[in-house]
Amino acid sequence: MEASRSPSLEGPGVFTHTPPNVARTQKVVLDANAIQRSVRRIAVAILEATSGIEDLTLVGIRRGGVPLSKRIADEIAKVEGRPPPVGTVDISLYRDDAATALPNPKIGPSDIPFDVSGRHVVLIDDVLHTGRTVRAAIECLQDHGRPARIWFAALCDRGGRELPIAPDFIGRTIEVDPGARLDVWIDAAGPDRAVITRDE
Amino acid sequence: MEAFAHRSLLDIEGLTRADVERILDTSEAFLQVSRRPVRKVPTLRGKTVVNLFYEASTRTRTSFELAGKRLSADVINMSVSASSVKKGETLQDTCRTLEAMHPDVIVIRHNASGAPNYVASKIGCSVINAGDGMHAHPTQALLDAFTIRRQKGTLENLIVTIVGDIAHSRVARSNAHLLNLFGCEVRVVGPRTLLPAAVDSLGVRVFDRLEEGLEGADVVMVLRIQRERLAGALLPSLREYARTFGIGPATIQYAKPDAIVMHPGPMNRGIEIENVIADGERSVVLEQVEAGVAVRMALLYLLAGETTEAPAVGEAD
Repeated sequence: MEASRSPSLEGPGVFTHTPPNVARTQKVVLDANAIQRSVRRIAVAILEATSGIEDLTLVGIRRGGVPLSKRIADEIAKVEGRPPPVGTVDISLYRDDAATALPNPKIGPSDIPFDVSGRHVVLIDDVLHTGRTVRAAIECLQDHGRPARIWFAALCDRGGRELPIAPDFIGRTIEVDPGARLDVWIDAAGPDRAVITRDE
Repeated sequence: MEAFAHRSLLDIEGLTRADVERILDTSEAFLQVSRRPVRKVPTLRGKTVVNLFYEASTRTRTSFELAGKRLSADVINMSVSASSVKKGETLQDTCRTLEAMHPDVIVIRHNASGAPNYVASKIGCSVINAGDGMHAHPTQALLDAFTIRRQKGTLENLIVTIVGDIAHSRVARSNAHLLNLFGCEVRVVGPRTLLPAAVDSLGVRVFDRLEEGLEGADVVMVLRIQRERLAGALLPSLREYARTFGIGPATIQYAKPDAIVMHPGPMNRGIEIENVIADGERSVVLEQVEAGVAVRMALLYLLAGETTEAPAVGEAD
Protein backbone atom coordinates (compact mmCIF):
# COMPACT_ATOMS: atom_id res chain seq x y z
CA MET A 1 0.00 0.00 0.00
CA GLU A 2 2.70 2.46 1.01
CA ALA A 3 4.72 1.42 -2.00
CA SER A 4 1.93 2.15 -4.39
CA ARG A 5 1.17 5.45 -2.76
CA SER A 6 4.56 6.89 -2.17
CA PRO A 7 4.96 8.44 -5.63
CA SER A 8 1.72 10.33 -5.15
CA LEU A 9 3.41 12.41 -2.47
CA GLU A 10 5.69 13.88 -5.04
CA GLY A 11 3.03 14.84 -7.51
CA PRO A 12 2.48 13.66 -11.06
CA GLY A 13 5.45 13.35 -13.34
CA VAL A 14 7.91 12.72 -10.51
CA PHE A 15 8.43 8.98 -10.24
CA THR A 16 11.78 8.60 -8.60
CA HIS A 17 11.64 4.80 -8.40
CA THR A 18 10.93 4.24 -12.08
CA PRO A 19 13.68 3.69 -14.64
CA PRO A 20 13.61 6.62 -17.08
CA ASN A 21 13.17 4.36 -20.11
CA VAL A 22 9.75 3.14 -18.97
CA ALA A 23 7.05 5.10 -20.76
CA ARG A 24 4.01 6.07 -18.73
CA THR A 25 0.67 7.42 -19.66
CA GLN A 26 -1.46 9.35 -17.25
CA LYS A 27 -5.12 10.12 -17.54
CA VAL A 28 -7.11 12.36 -15.24
CA VAL A 29 -10.37 10.53 -14.60
CA LEU A 30 -11.83 12.89 -11.98
CA ASP A 31 -11.18 16.62 -11.75
CA ALA A 32 -11.70 18.85 -8.72
CA ASN A 33 -15.37 19.48 -9.53
CA ALA A 34 -16.14 15.81 -10.04
CA ILE A 35 -14.44 14.95 -6.75
CA GLN A 36 -16.36 17.64 -4.92
CA ARG A 37 -19.68 16.39 -6.35
CA SER A 38 -18.82 12.84 -5.29
CA VAL A 39 -17.89 14.02 -1.79
CA ARG A 40 -21.21 15.82 -1.50
CA ARG A 41 -23.12 12.76 -2.68
CA ILE A 42 -21.29 10.52 -0.20
CA ALA A 43 -21.99 12.96 2.65
CA VAL A 44 -25.71 13.05 1.89
CA ALA A 45 -25.88 9.26 1.55
CA ILE A 46 -24.12 8.83 4.90
CA LEU A 47 -26.60 11.14 6.61
CA GLU A 48 -29.57 9.29 5.10
CA ALA A 49 -28.24 5.86 6.00
CA THR A 50 -27.20 6.69 9.54
CA SER A 51 -30.26 8.88 10.22
CA GLY A 52 -28.50 11.98 11.42
CA ILE A 53 -25.34 13.05 13.13
CA GLU A 54 -25.98 12.07 16.75
CA ASP A 55 -23.95 8.86 16.91
CA LEU A 56 -22.00 9.44 13.71
CA THR A 57 -18.21 9.49 13.57
CA LEU A 58 -15.82 9.43 10.60
CA VAL A 59 -12.48 7.64 10.57
CA GLY A 60 -10.09 8.20 7.66
CA ILE A 61 -7.64 5.46 6.72
CA ARG A 62 -4.11 6.81 6.46
CA ARG A 63 -3.03 8.31 4.29
CA GLY A 64 -5.43 8.77 1.37
CA GLY A 65 -8.57 8.59 3.50
CA VAL A 66 -7.56 11.40 5.85
CA PRO A 67 -8.10 14.50 3.65
CA LEU A 68 -11.20 12.86 2.18
CA SER A 69 -12.73 12.29 5.64
CA LYS A 70 -12.25 15.98 6.43
CA ARG A 71 -13.97 16.95 3.17
CA ILE A 72 -16.91 14.70 3.93
CA ALA A 73 -17.12 16.12 7.46
CA ASP A 74 -17.22 19.64 5.98
CA GLU A 75 -20.10 18.66 3.68
CA ILE A 76 -21.98 17.09 6.58
CA ALA A 77 -21.47 20.28 8.58
CA LYS A 78 -23.13 22.29 5.77
CA VAL A 79 -26.28 20.20 6.22
CA GLU A 80 -26.27 19.56 9.97
CA GLY A 81 -24.64 22.76 11.20
CA ARG A 82 -21.71 20.95 12.77
CA PRO A 83 -19.25 18.28 11.66
CA PRO A 84 -19.13 14.79 13.18
CA PRO A 85 -15.99 13.81 15.11
CA VAL A 86 -13.20 12.78 12.73
CA GLY A 87 -10.37 10.37 13.53
CA THR A 88 -7.66 8.51 11.63
CA VAL A 89 -6.34 4.95 11.64
CA ASP A 90 -3.00 3.64 10.44
CA ILE A 91 -3.30 0.03 9.36
CA SER A 92 0.43 -0.81 9.11
CA LEU A 93 0.36 -3.03 12.19
CA TYR A 94 -2.79 -4.82 11.01
CA ARG A 95 -1.74 -5.73 7.48
CA ASP A 96 -2.16 -9.42 6.71
CA ASP A 97 1.45 -9.45 5.51
CA ALA A 98 2.80 -7.42 8.45
CA ALA A 99 4.91 -10.31 9.75
CA THR A 100 6.43 -11.19 6.39
CA ALA A 101 6.71 -7.92 4.49
CA LEU A 102 9.28 -5.23 5.14
CA PRO A 103 8.44 -2.95 8.04
CA ASN A 104 6.71 0.26 7.13
CA PRO A 105 9.31 3.02 7.29
CA LYS A 106 6.81 5.49 8.64
CA ILE A 107 3.98 4.27 10.80
CA GLY A 108 1.65 7.16 11.35
CA PRO A 109 -0.47 7.64 14.43
CA SER A 110 -3.90 6.15 14.81
CA ASP A 111 -5.74 9.09 16.28
CA ILE A 112 -9.26 8.41 17.44
CA PRO A 113 -9.91 11.06 20.09
CA PHE A 114 -13.39 9.77 20.93
CA ASP A 115 -15.00 6.57 22.13
CA VAL A 116 -16.23 4.52 19.18
CA SER A 117 -18.24 2.12 21.34
CA GLY A 118 -21.93 2.13 20.50
CA ARG A 119 -21.48 4.64 17.66
CA HIS A 120 -21.84 4.54 13.91
CA VAL A 121 -18.35 4.71 12.47
CA VAL A 122 -17.78 5.38 8.78
CA LEU A 123 -14.35 4.21 7.64
CA ILE A 124 -13.16 6.31 4.72
CA ASP A 125 -10.51 5.65 2.08
CA ASP A 126 -9.78 7.24 -1.28
CA VAL A 127 -9.63 4.07 -3.40
CA LEU A 128 -11.23 0.68 -2.79
CA HIS A 129 -9.28 -2.06 -4.54
CA THR A 130 -8.47 -5.46 -2.99
CA GLY A 131 -10.34 -4.82 0.25
CA ARG A 132 -7.33 -5.83 2.35
CA THR A 133 -6.86 -2.32 3.70
CA VAL A 134 -10.50 -2.17 4.77
CA ARG A 135 -10.26 -5.52 6.53
CA ALA A 136 -7.18 -4.31 8.44
CA ALA A 137 -8.90 -1.02 9.30
CA ILE A 138 -11.94 -2.85 10.67
CA GLU A 139 -9.72 -4.94 12.92
CA CYS A 140 -7.82 -1.86 14.10
CA LEU A 141 -11.05 -0.01 14.81
CA GLN A 142 -12.37 -2.89 16.89
CA ASP A 143 -9.30 -2.67 19.10
CA HIS A 144 -10.40 0.87 19.96
CA GLY A 145 -13.86 -0.15 21.07
CA ARG A 146 -17.05 -1.84 19.90
CA PRO A 147 -18.94 0.33 17.41
CA ALA A 148 -22.68 -0.21 16.95
CA ARG A 149 -22.01 -0.38 13.23
CA ILE A 150 -19.05 0.08 10.93
CA TRP A 151 -19.70 1.48 7.45
CA PHE A 152 -17.28 1.96 4.62
CA ALA A 153 -17.05 4.86 2.17
CA ALA A 154 -14.58 5.31 -0.70
CA LEU A 155 -14.24 7.98 -3.33
CA CYS A 156 -13.41 5.44 -6.07
CA ASP A 157 -14.11 1.75 -6.45
CA ARG A 158 -11.67 0.31 -8.98
CA GLY A 159 -12.74 -3.34 -8.55
CA GLY A 160 -10.28 -6.20 -8.10
CA ARG A 161 -11.47 -7.41 -4.70
CA GLU A 162 -9.46 -10.16 -2.99
CA LEU A 163 -11.66 -10.33 0.10
CA PRO A 164 -15.44 -10.38 0.55
CA ILE A 165 -15.66 -6.65 1.27
CA ALA A 166 -18.62 -4.58 0.08
CA PRO A 167 -18.64 -0.79 0.36
CA ASP A 168 -21.64 1.16 1.67
CA PHE A 169 -20.90 4.48 -0.02
CA ILE A 170 -19.01 4.93 -3.28
CA GLY A 171 -18.38 8.19 -5.14
CA ARG A 172 -17.46 6.72 -8.53
CA THR A 173 -16.87 3.26 -9.95
CA ILE A 174 -13.85 3.48 -12.24
CA GLU A 175 -12.57 0.66 -14.44
CA VAL A 176 -8.82 0.27 -14.00
CA ASP A 177 -6.67 -2.45 -15.60
CA PRO A 178 -5.01 -4.74 -13.06
CA GLY A 179 -1.55 -3.44 -14.00
CA ALA A 180 -2.44 0.25 -13.75
CA ARG A 181 -2.59 2.54 -10.75
CA LEU A 182 -5.30 4.85 -9.59
CA ASP A 183 -4.12 7.72 -7.38
CA VAL A 184 -6.22 10.39 -5.75
CA TRP A 185 -4.84 13.78 -4.77
CA ILE A 186 -6.89 15.81 -2.34
CA ASP A 187 -5.46 18.83 -0.54
CA ALA A 188 -2.08 18.02 -2.08
CA ALA A 189 0.07 20.04 -4.45
CA GLY A 190 -1.95 21.05 -7.52
CA PRO A 191 -5.69 20.76 -8.06
CA ASP A 192 -7.69 17.85 -6.60
CA ARG A 193 -7.76 15.00 -9.08
CA ALA A 194 -7.87 11.25 -9.62
CA VAL A 195 -5.31 9.92 -12.09
CA ILE A 196 -4.81 6.55 -13.76
CA THR A 197 -1.15 5.74 -14.45
CA ARG A 198 -0.12 3.01 -16.90
CA ASP A 199 3.30 1.66 -17.76
CA GLU A 200 3.45 1.07 -21.52
CA MET B 1 9.68 0.51 0.76
CA GLU B 2 13.02 0.73 2.45
CA ALA B 3 14.27 -2.07 4.66
CA PHE B 4 15.68 -1.47 8.09
CA ALA B 5 19.37 -1.90 7.38
CA HIS B 6 20.10 -4.17 10.32
CA ARG B 7 19.28 -7.75 11.13
CA SER B 8 20.39 -7.55 14.73
CA LEU B 9 20.90 -4.88 17.39
CA LEU B 10 24.17 -5.56 19.18
CA ASP B 11 25.33 -2.07 20.15
CA ILE B 12 24.68 1.60 19.44
CA GLU B 13 27.96 2.00 17.54
CA GLY B 14 26.47 0.01 14.67
CA LEU B 15 23.61 2.48 14.20
CA THR B 16 23.52 5.72 12.26
CA ARG B 17 21.67 8.77 13.43
CA ALA B 18 19.00 8.02 10.81
CA ASP B 19 18.62 4.47 12.20
CA VAL B 20 18.11 5.85 15.69
CA GLU B 21 15.56 8.37 14.46
CA ARG B 22 13.67 5.65 12.62
CA ILE B 23 13.55 3.46 15.74
CA LEU B 24 12.34 6.37 17.87
CA ASP B 25 9.72 7.45 15.31
CA THR B 26 8.41 3.90 15.09
CA SER B 27 8.31 3.73 18.89
CA GLU B 28 5.84 6.63 18.95
CA ALA B 29 3.24 4.49 17.21
CA PHE B 30 3.77 1.65 19.67
CA LEU B 31 3.50 3.93 22.69
CA GLN B 32 -0.08 4.59 21.56
CA VAL B 33 -0.82 0.88 21.35
CA SER B 34 0.11 0.48 25.02
CA ARG B 35 -2.31 3.24 25.98
CA ARG B 36 -5.37 1.81 24.23
CA PRO B 37 -8.11 -0.32 25.79
CA VAL B 38 -6.87 -3.29 23.71
CA ARG B 39 -3.12 -3.22 24.18
CA LYS B 40 -2.28 -5.67 21.44
CA VAL B 41 -1.78 -5.62 17.69
CA PRO B 42 -1.62 -8.70 15.42
CA THR B 43 1.59 -7.62 13.69
CA LEU B 44 3.97 -10.45 14.65
CA ARG B 45 1.45 -13.29 14.76
CA GLY B 46 3.29 -16.55 14.15
CA LYS B 47 6.70 -15.15 15.06
CA THR B 48 8.71 -16.52 17.97
CA VAL B 49 10.81 -14.43 20.35
CA VAL B 50 13.17 -16.17 22.78
CA ASN B 51 14.35 -14.28 25.85
CA LEU B 52 17.67 -15.87 26.77
CA PHE B 53 18.77 -14.40 30.07
CA TYR B 54 22.08 -15.47 31.61
CA GLU B 55 21.83 -12.68 34.19
CA ALA B 56 19.02 -12.08 36.60
CA SER B 57 16.79 -9.32 35.32
CA THR B 58 13.16 -8.77 36.04
CA ARG B 59 12.40 -5.45 34.43
CA THR B 60 14.26 -5.84 31.14
CA ARG B 61 12.96 -9.37 30.64
CA THR B 62 9.42 -8.34 31.53
CA SER B 63 9.65 -5.37 29.20
CA PHE B 64 10.76 -7.57 26.27
CA GLU B 65 8.14 -10.17 27.15
CA LEU B 66 5.38 -7.58 27.19
CA ALA B 67 6.67 -6.02 23.98
CA GLY B 68 6.58 -9.37 22.20
CA LYS B 69 3.15 -10.26 23.53
CA ARG B 70 1.65 -6.91 22.59
CA LEU B 71 2.79 -7.63 19.04
CA SER B 72 1.13 -11.09 19.20
CA ALA B 73 4.46 -12.93 18.95
CA ASP B 74 5.00 -16.11 20.94
CA VAL B 75 7.48 -15.29 23.69
CA ILE B 76 9.54 -17.91 25.47
CA ASN B 77 11.64 -17.08 28.49
CA MET B 78 14.77 -19.08 29.14
CA SER B 79 16.64 -18.16 32.27
CA VAL B 80 19.94 -19.55 33.37
CA SER B 81 18.85 -21.08 36.64
CA ALA B 82 16.11 -23.12 35.00
CA SER B 83 17.95 -24.36 31.97
CA SER B 84 20.68 -26.73 30.89
CA VAL B 85 23.17 -23.87 31.00
CA LYS B 86 23.49 -24.63 34.69
CA LYS B 87 24.30 -28.17 33.71
CA GLY B 88 27.36 -27.04 31.79
CA GLU B 89 26.07 -26.53 28.27
CA THR B 90 28.26 -24.23 26.20
CA LEU B 91 26.86 -21.09 24.61
CA GLN B 92 27.47 -22.62 21.20
CA ASP B 93 25.43 -25.71 22.01
CA THR B 94 22.67 -23.55 23.44
CA CYS B 95 22.65 -21.59 20.17
CA ARG B 96 22.35 -24.76 18.11
CA THR B 97 19.55 -26.05 20.29
CA LEU B 98 17.70 -22.76 20.03
CA GLU B 99 18.20 -22.55 16.30
CA ALA B 100 16.55 -25.93 15.86
CA MET B 101 13.43 -24.37 17.40
CA HIS B 102 13.36 -21.74 14.60
CA PRO B 103 13.00 -18.55 16.60
CA ASP B 104 12.73 -15.25 14.74
CA VAL B 105 14.38 -13.11 17.39
CA ILE B 106 16.66 -14.01 20.28
CA VAL B 107 16.93 -11.44 23.05
CA ILE B 108 20.06 -12.16 25.04
CA ARG B 109 21.49 -10.84 28.27
CA HIS B 110 24.85 -12.21 29.30
CA ASN B 111 27.49 -11.33 31.88
CA ALA B 112 30.24 -11.72 29.28
CA SER B 113 30.85 -8.74 27.00
CA GLY B 114 30.45 -9.79 23.38
CA ALA B 115 28.23 -12.83 24.00
CA PRO B 116 25.41 -11.40 21.80
CA ASN B 117 27.90 -10.84 18.95
CA TYR B 118 28.99 -14.45 19.27
CA VAL B 119 25.40 -15.69 19.20
CA ALA B 120 24.60 -13.48 16.21
CA SER B 121 27.55 -14.97 14.33
CA LYS B 122 26.40 -18.52 15.04
CA ILE B 123 22.70 -18.25 14.44
CA GLY B 124 20.56 -17.22 11.51
CA CYS B 125 17.87 -15.22 13.29
CA SER B 126 17.85 -11.66 14.62
CA VAL B 127 19.64 -11.05 17.90
CA ILE B 128 18.93 -8.20 20.30
CA ASN B 129 21.47 -7.39 22.97
CA ALA B 130 19.64 -6.87 26.26
CA GLY B 131 22.87 -6.07 28.09
CA ASP B 132 26.22 -7.82 27.91
CA GLY B 133 28.84 -7.49 30.61
CA MET B 134 30.32 -4.00 30.69
CA HIS B 135 29.91 -3.60 26.93
CA ALA B 136 26.53 -2.34 25.80
CA HIS B 137 22.86 -2.03 26.65
CA PRO B 138 21.50 -0.53 23.44
CA THR B 139 17.79 -0.88 24.20
CA GLN B 140 18.27 1.06 27.45
CA ALA B 141 20.04 3.85 25.55
CA LEU B 142 17.24 3.92 22.97
CA LEU B 143 14.48 4.07 25.57
CA ASP B 144 16.39 6.80 27.39
CA ALA B 145 16.70 8.74 24.14
CA PHE B 146 13.00 8.23 23.45
CA THR B 147 12.14 9.53 26.94
CA ILE B 148 14.43 12.55 26.57
CA ARG B 149 13.02 13.40 23.14
CA ARG B 150 9.47 13.25 24.43
CA GLN B 151 10.28 15.34 27.50
CA LYS B 152 12.55 17.90 25.85
CA GLY B 153 11.04 17.89 22.36
CA THR B 154 14.47 17.21 20.86
CA LEU B 155 17.60 15.14 21.31
CA GLU B 156 19.92 17.70 19.81
CA ASN B 157 22.59 19.70 21.59
CA LEU B 158 21.47 18.92 25.12
CA ILE B 159 23.74 18.75 28.13
CA VAL B 160 23.41 15.29 29.66
CA THR B 161 25.19 14.44 32.89
CA ILE B 162 25.66 10.78 33.79
CA VAL B 163 26.43 10.26 37.47
CA GLY B 164 27.80 7.16 39.15
CA ASP B 165 29.66 3.98 38.29
CA ILE B 166 30.69 4.73 34.72
CA ALA B 167 33.39 2.02 34.60
CA HIS B 168 31.05 -0.91 35.05
CA SER B 169 28.08 0.62 33.29
CA ARG B 170 27.01 -0.63 29.88
CA VAL B 171 24.13 1.85 30.20
CA ALA B 172 26.51 4.82 30.40
CA ARG B 173 28.56 3.52 27.48
CA SER B 174 25.58 3.01 25.15
CA ASN B 175 24.01 6.30 26.16
CA ALA B 176 27.22 8.23 25.50
CA HIS B 177 27.48 6.76 22.00
CA LEU B 178 23.86 7.51 21.18
CA LEU B 179 23.81 11.05 22.56
CA ASN B 180 27.01 11.90 20.70
CA LEU B 181 25.20 11.12 17.44
CA PHE B 182 22.92 14.06 18.22
CA GLY B 183 25.57 16.55 19.23
CA CYS B 184 24.83 16.41 22.94
CA GLU B 185 27.42 17.38 25.49
CA VAL B 186 27.78 14.21 27.53
CA ARG B 187 29.34 14.62 30.95
CA VAL B 188 30.27 11.92 33.40
CA VAL B 189 30.66 12.40 37.12
CA GLY B 190 31.84 9.85 39.64
CA PRO B 191 34.67 8.74 41.84
CA ARG B 192 37.89 8.25 39.87
CA THR B 193 37.88 4.57 40.84
CA LEU B 194 34.60 4.14 38.99
CA LEU B 195 35.64 5.84 35.76
CA PRO B 196 36.92 3.59 32.97
CA ALA B 197 40.60 3.79 32.05
CA ALA B 198 40.02 5.10 28.53
CA VAL B 199 37.13 7.38 29.48
CA ASP B 200 38.12 9.93 26.84
CA SER B 201 37.37 7.47 24.04
CA LEU B 202 33.68 7.68 24.99
CA GLY B 203 33.57 11.29 23.83
CA VAL B 204 32.55 12.65 27.22
CA ARG B 205 33.69 15.39 29.57
CA VAL B 206 34.82 14.13 32.96
CA PHE B 207 33.97 15.96 36.16
CA ASP B 208 35.15 15.09 39.66
CA ARG B 209 32.73 17.36 41.49
CA LEU B 210 29.01 16.75 41.16
CA GLU B 211 28.11 20.44 41.34
CA GLU B 212 30.32 21.29 38.38
CA GLY B 213 29.10 18.36 36.35
CA LEU B 214 25.47 19.32 36.92
CA GLU B 215 25.92 23.00 36.06
CA GLY B 216 23.41 23.82 33.31
CA ALA B 217 22.47 20.18 32.63
CA ASP B 218 19.22 19.45 30.76
CA VAL B 219 19.21 15.79 31.73
CA VAL B 220 20.64 14.03 34.77
CA MET B 221 21.09 10.26 34.42
CA VAL B 222 21.67 8.60 37.74
CA LEU B 223 23.26 5.16 37.64
CA ARG B 224 22.76 2.40 40.14
CA ILE B 225 25.59 1.88 42.60
CA GLN B 226 26.16 -1.83 43.00
CA ARG B 227 27.03 -2.93 46.45
CA GLU B 228 29.60 -5.41 45.22
CA ARG B 229 31.82 -2.46 44.27
CA LEU B 230 32.43 -2.02 47.99
CA ALA B 231 33.96 -5.48 48.15
CA GLY B 232 36.36 -4.51 45.37
CA ALA B 233 37.50 -1.56 47.52
CA LEU B 234 36.43 0.86 44.77
CA LEU B 235 34.23 2.76 47.22
CA PRO B 236 35.03 3.49 50.85
CA SER B 237 31.40 3.50 51.98
CA LEU B 238 27.93 3.94 50.58
CA ARG B 239 27.31 6.81 52.99
CA GLU B 240 30.30 8.66 51.67
CA TYR B 241 29.16 8.04 48.10
CA ALA B 242 25.68 9.33 48.90
CA ARG B 243 27.14 12.46 50.46
CA THR B 244 29.48 13.18 47.55
CA PHE B 245 27.59 11.99 44.48
CA GLY B 246 24.00 11.40 45.60
CA ILE B 247 21.35 13.42 43.75
CA GLY B 248 19.26 15.33 46.28
CA PRO B 249 17.34 18.61 46.49
CA ALA B 250 20.53 20.59 47.19
CA THR B 251 22.66 19.23 44.36
CA ILE B 252 19.90 19.22 41.71
CA GLN B 253 19.77 23.02 42.02
CA TYR B 254 22.90 23.20 39.88
CA ALA B 255 21.13 21.68 36.89
CA LYS B 256 18.72 23.69 34.72
CA PRO B 257 15.39 24.49 36.43
CA ASP B 258 13.59 22.22 33.94
CA ALA B 259 16.16 19.42 34.05
CA ILE B 260 14.79 15.90 34.13
CA VAL B 261 16.17 13.11 36.30
CA MET B 262 16.46 9.58 34.90
CA HIS B 263 17.40 6.25 36.43
CA PRO B 264 17.55 2.88 34.66
CA GLY B 265 16.40 1.15 37.83
CA PRO B 266 16.26 -0.50 40.21
CA MET B 267 16.99 2.50 42.42
CA ASN B 268 18.96 2.48 45.65
CA ARG B 269 16.97 5.15 47.40
CA GLY B 270 19.08 7.19 49.80
CA ILE B 271 22.33 6.24 48.05
CA GLU B 272 22.56 7.50 44.48
CA ILE B 273 19.18 9.25 44.57
CA GLU B 274 17.12 10.71 47.40
CA ASN B 275 13.44 9.98 47.79
CA VAL B 276 12.31 13.54 47.15
CA ILE B 277 14.04 13.46 43.76
CA ALA B 278 13.03 9.92 42.84
CA ASP B 279 9.38 10.74 43.51
CA GLY B 280 9.61 14.42 42.55
CA GLU B 281 8.27 16.15 39.49
CA ARG B 282 11.61 16.11 37.69
CA SER B 283 11.76 12.33 37.83
CA VAL B 284 10.86 10.52 34.60
CA VAL B 285 11.66 7.05 35.92
CA LEU B 286 8.19 5.67 35.22
CA GLU B 287 8.11 7.30 31.77
CA GLN B 288 11.32 5.37 31.08
CA VAL B 289 9.59 2.11 31.95
CA GLU B 290 6.68 2.89 29.63
CA ALA B 291 9.09 3.95 26.90
CA GLY B 292 10.95 0.68 27.34
CA VAL B 293 8.02 -1.41 26.16
CA ALA B 294 7.32 0.91 23.20
CA VAL B 295 10.96 0.98 22.04
CA ARG B 296 11.29 -2.80 22.34
CA MET B 297 8.08 -3.27 20.36
CA ALA B 298 9.51 -1.03 17.65
CA LEU B 299 12.76 -3.03 17.58
CA LEU B 300 10.99 -6.37 17.38
CA TYR B 301 8.81 -5.00 14.58
CA LEU B 302 11.78 -3.62 12.65
CA LEU B 303 14.00 -6.68 13.12
CA ALA B 304 11.55 -9.58 12.95
CA GLY B 305 10.38 -8.84 9.41
CA GLU B 306 11.95 -10.47 6.38
CA THR B 307 15.29 -9.05 5.32
CA THR B 308 14.60 -9.54 1.63
CA GLU B 309 11.77 -7.85 -0.16
CA ALA B 310 8.81 -10.16 0.22
CA PRO B 311 6.31 -10.19 -2.63
CA ALA B 312 3.57 -7.80 -1.67
CA VAL B 313 0.60 -9.93 -0.81
CA GLY B 314 -2.34 -8.29 -2.53
CA GLU B 315 -0.99 -4.79 -2.71
CA ALA B 316 -3.86 -2.93 -1.15
CA ASP B 317 -5.57 -0.12 -3.02
